Amino acid sequence: MEKNKKIFNVKDLCLYFQTKRGPVQAVDQVSFSLVCGRTIVFVGESGCGKTSLARAILRLLPRNVHTYSGKVFLNSINIMALKEEVFRKEIRWVKAAMVPQAAMNALNPVIKVEEQIAEPLLVHDLVQTKDEAHKRVVEACRLVGLPLDFLGRYPFELSGGMRQRAAIAMALAAKPDLVVLDEPTSALDLLTQANIMNVLKRIKKETGITFILITHDIGTSSELADDAAVMYAGQIVEKSDAAHFFTEPLHPYAEKLMASVPTLREDKELDFIPGQPPSLLNPPSGCRFADRCHKRFDKCVYEPPFLEVKKNHWVKCWLYE
Amino acid sequence: MKRIANTIRDIKEYPSALIGLSIIMILIAVSIFAVIYMPYHRAIALWKGADNIWMDNPRNASPAWVNLLPGINIPETIVVDSAGQPGIKTITPIAAETKTVDFRLGFDYTYGEFPKEINIFFTAQYEEIPPHLDLIWHTPDGRSISLDSQTPKHSSTYRVSQSSRLQRRTGGLTPHIGLLAKPGSKPEVPLQGKYELEIQGLTFEEAADFEVKLVVYGHVHGLAGTDHLRRDLLVALLWGTPIALAFSLVAAVGTTIFGLIFAAIGVWYGGWLDGLVQRLTELTMILPALPIYIMVGLFVSRSIWVILLTVILLSLFSGSKIYRAMFLQIKEAHYIEAARAYGAGDFRIILRYLIPRIIPTLIPGFVTAIPIFVFLEASLALLGVGDPVLPTWGKVLSEAQANGALHMGHYYWVLQPAVLLLITGLAFAAFGFALDRIFNPRLRGL
Amino acid sequence: MQNNVLLEVNNLKTYFEMKKWGFVSIGHVRAVDNVSFNLKQGEALSVVGESGCGKTTLARTILGLYRPTSGDIVYDGKSINEFSKGEIKAYRAQLGYVQQDPYGALPPFMDVRRILAEPLIINGVKSRQEQEKLIERALTDLKMTPVEDFLPKFPHMLSGGQQQRIVIARAKILGPKLIVSDEPVSMLDASVRIEILQLMRQLQEEYDLAVIYITHDLSTVRYFSERILVMYGGKIVEQGPVQEFLDNPSHPYTQALLEATSDPDPKNAETFKKVPGGEPPSLLNPPPGCRFHPRCSYMIEGLCNREEPPDFIIKENHSAACWLYR
Repeated sequence: MEKNKKIFNVKDLCLYFQTKRGPVQAVDQVSFSLVCGRTIVFVGESGCGKTSLARAILRLLPRNVHTYSGKVFLNSINIMALKEEVFRKEIRWVKAAMVPQAAMNALNPVIKVEEQIAEPLLVHDLVQTKDEAHKRVVEACRLVGLPLDFLGRYPFELSGGMRQRAAIAMALAAKPDLVVLDEPTSALDLLTQANIMNVLKRIKKETGITFILITHDIGTSSELADDAAVMYAGQIVEKSDAAHFFTEPLHPYAEKLMASVPTLREDKELDFIPGQPPSLLNPPSGCRFADRCHKRFDKCVYEPPFLEVKKNHWVKCWLYE
Repeated sequence: MKRIANTIRDIKEYPSALIGLSIIMILIAVSIFAVIYMPYHRAIALWKGADNIWMDNPRNASPAWVNLLPGINIPETIVVDSAGQPGIKTITPIAAETKTVDFRLGFDYTYGEFPKEINIFFTAQYEEIPPHLDLIWHTPDGRSISLDSQTPKHSSTYRVSQSSRLQRRTGGLTPHIGLLAKPGSKPEVPLQGKYELEIQGLTFEEAADFEVKLVVYGHVHGLAGTDHLRRDLLVALLWGTPIALAFSLVAAVGTTIFGLIFAAIGVWYGGWLDGLVQRLTELTMILPALPIYIMVGLFVSRSIWVILLTVILLSLFSGSKIYRAMFLQIKEAHYIEAARAYGAGDFRIILRYLIPRIIPTLIPGFVTAIPIFVFLEASLALLGVGDPVLPTWGKVLSEAQANGALHMGHYYWVLQPAVLLLITGLAFAAFGFALDRIFNPRLRGL
Repeated sequence: MQNNVLLEVNNLKTYFEMKKWGFVSIGHVRAVDNVSFNLKQGEALSVVGESGCGKTTLARTILGLYRPTSGDIVYDGKSINEFSKGEIKAYRAQLGYVQQDPYGALPPFMDVRRILAEPLIINGVKSRQEQEKLIERALTDLKMTPVEDFLPKFPHMLSGGQQQRIVIARAKILGPKLIVSDEPVSMLDASVRIEILQLMRQLQEEYDLAVIYITHDLSTVRYFSERILVMYGGKIVEQGPVQEFLDNPSHPYTQALLEATSDPDPKNAETFKKVPGGEPPSLLNPPPGCRFHPRCSYMIEGLCNREEPPDFIIKENHSAACWLYR
């Protein structure tokens, strides 16, 4: 496979939800691209639209969708243009899988772990025989470090960490090109969290799967990130490679957010962002962070462009025009 | 306040809720009107029907509004009273204390049907000797038929329709038909035009006088018609509204509040108290309520208040199973733990922290429970344990049934209270279900 | 020194009986098992541990919400074991309690004024004026100004950070000397966490409060407390001053916790974390000896899996319950 091939490309993705008080712009004009085998991390506070972005990518939409538009290219195919039936058969789980939030609690309690991991394979006719399915399941379990003797058990007999591994194995069994991980470790204990992160890191190294990791935990996100993006009020405000992102964020929001992360190994001046994110019902017309920004100036009343300030370092802020 | 405003805003989005609420408002308005227009004692007296207060009404008459339907012209009741017309009497003294008192009571009869019945009422003032009256019936075509002579007591009635002597004179026809029939018509049709009742009276005392009231009963009466005792059903239909609303509201409030409190106490204290509340709940669940109401009605009292008390007593624990499930959840809420941490006592927690939390989820159920009690009251009345004095919808139904209303074709008698019961139930149900969707957003369709 | 000890916890045990079929006892969940520590007036103590380690039970026992199975809590020189039911209630009111989930901690049907007035009414502040004065001060202390804007609001109209500030205002409105805060910011967004923690720190200094700060997030500990106490399986495994603790973590479990905590650093992506696998022990049937021994890479056969380690002094005020330091 070509090393720098862009396998994933999102252009102007919008997802609005219909509510009684009007459309909520959960994902607004999001564009980004991803090079094969790299992991991108989306960080942001609750309600910034990061989970909606994941759902929009995999077309896992609730019923109250107001607007769903844009282009999503996976291996140069615009998967947004595909019919639902085709998408379900050929893309979801097969090419792009997702480990949803609290996936470990979403396992069916009355189905054995093995059957559960094999389920997507059988549904999509990726395997012909039971033996073949078993082989794929074993392979996936080895990848996530799930002991094989757990396969015959029911989910409730497993600990949280093991259930989470099973949920990840379920996403990996079909060998997708892209896996979206939505807060994969947030409900787990610290040590288990670290273990799961180790597992994901190893999978990344061994298989070259492309991950999209969605999390609010900036510290943990650095464990997996090759690229990173910050979302604020439904939009990406900054995107760069991890090295720049964690050390010298450019967007005032990213800067403040980074300053608000307490660190264990160094004593730094902590900061916080006063105020609250704007409502996504009627977001402000200019820069959505302007109200809370310590560097705002006249131009912020207009919507800032998403500029490539340095190579591969994009910022949505007038300061870097 | 803002919450209430929000709720009202939400209600506006449910047409069923709006319709339900408007019907409820109308019912409440009717109740208030009924209570003001016809105070309780008057309503009770009217319904009891003592002192012939209903004598001017026909029996089993349909509501008068049927005449508004095109092509229908059913006779209405005609009342002509000499008391209201001073100066019509021609008084001629003929002896020392004897006078003749002559006058005519006239009316236009324009209907194509015969009246239901004819009565003539007399009131006379005298010391010893009552006046003597000759009555002559003048038809529009100039015939005169003399009716039975009367010597009225202070107050008496001449039941024209039941006079067999008169019947002989009118060619064997029932008098109220014979008197109005077109001569020679077969089958009889009424002759339309101006009829007159001539009264030739003789009084024998200086101060003696008398009045005559002619009542030609129609087949329709008032807004709601009448029953077999000539009572205006409007009294019962009007007064039934506040009674139904009050009964069901008190019953719903009573059962809800006690159920809530017992469930909350059981859940909060746990242990044997919880066990006791649960056992009592299960006990009340298996008690056959209807036979108990009937027994109470038979052996204790049929008063609506006694029945109400029984209803509440029987359902003291009825809700606690549902409430218990909710309370068990709320008991674990962090804010309750916080309240314990800042020293709130058991009763404060139950009354101010547990119960208020589930009230919003309860209101819809409460509203939908109201018609259940409206129907219960009606059913009990139908089963013969209705309140003996109160005019209620159930009572009307019960009497209609006892007097074979449907068999005799008096549909209005059954339909009116039934329709009222129905729209009351519908209104509360529509409103309650909409509230349920507002308070429990998970039920909302997307 | 001894006279400014505010809270003394001695050999505290809080067990919960587990029953089968509602009456047959099948053992006890040893949520807090033989825990001893001191807390001085004006001191902030972090209690760190993973979920199920007993830290929340410890907090609730200290707050008087659970009765200890054995052991003693001495608050301000008085043992709470000797308190009657009424005295326990009064004692509870002397401590502030800040919970994890701010929305759940506030009664949704009360407005802010009512929420803050409740502890006052319950604890005998009858005068309307006095109430208003205290409420205003509590809100001003937490920078919820102008006060009038917040008084009529219901919890759902406030942001998470504002809700948590109301919870803290309620905890301190009666003027407690000790505030127990159980994961006060773990449900809040990163950008407001620091604000809340800094506010608590300011209050602590201004009013000379003692604070027990329960958390699973080691990275906040250095900024908001002086001393730290690590719990595992219902027991304290290590305690000491924060800086000393961070420089010289001694118990293998503490070392693992520190290793597992990630600072935002792009270099993290290149290395694997050296953390033990396995799960925290069952509190119903804890392993014999050191409770961490099944997961510990330094396990000494015949000792760690047999005998419970006592506290070994590492340095002044710094001790670890681990046989490595015998």
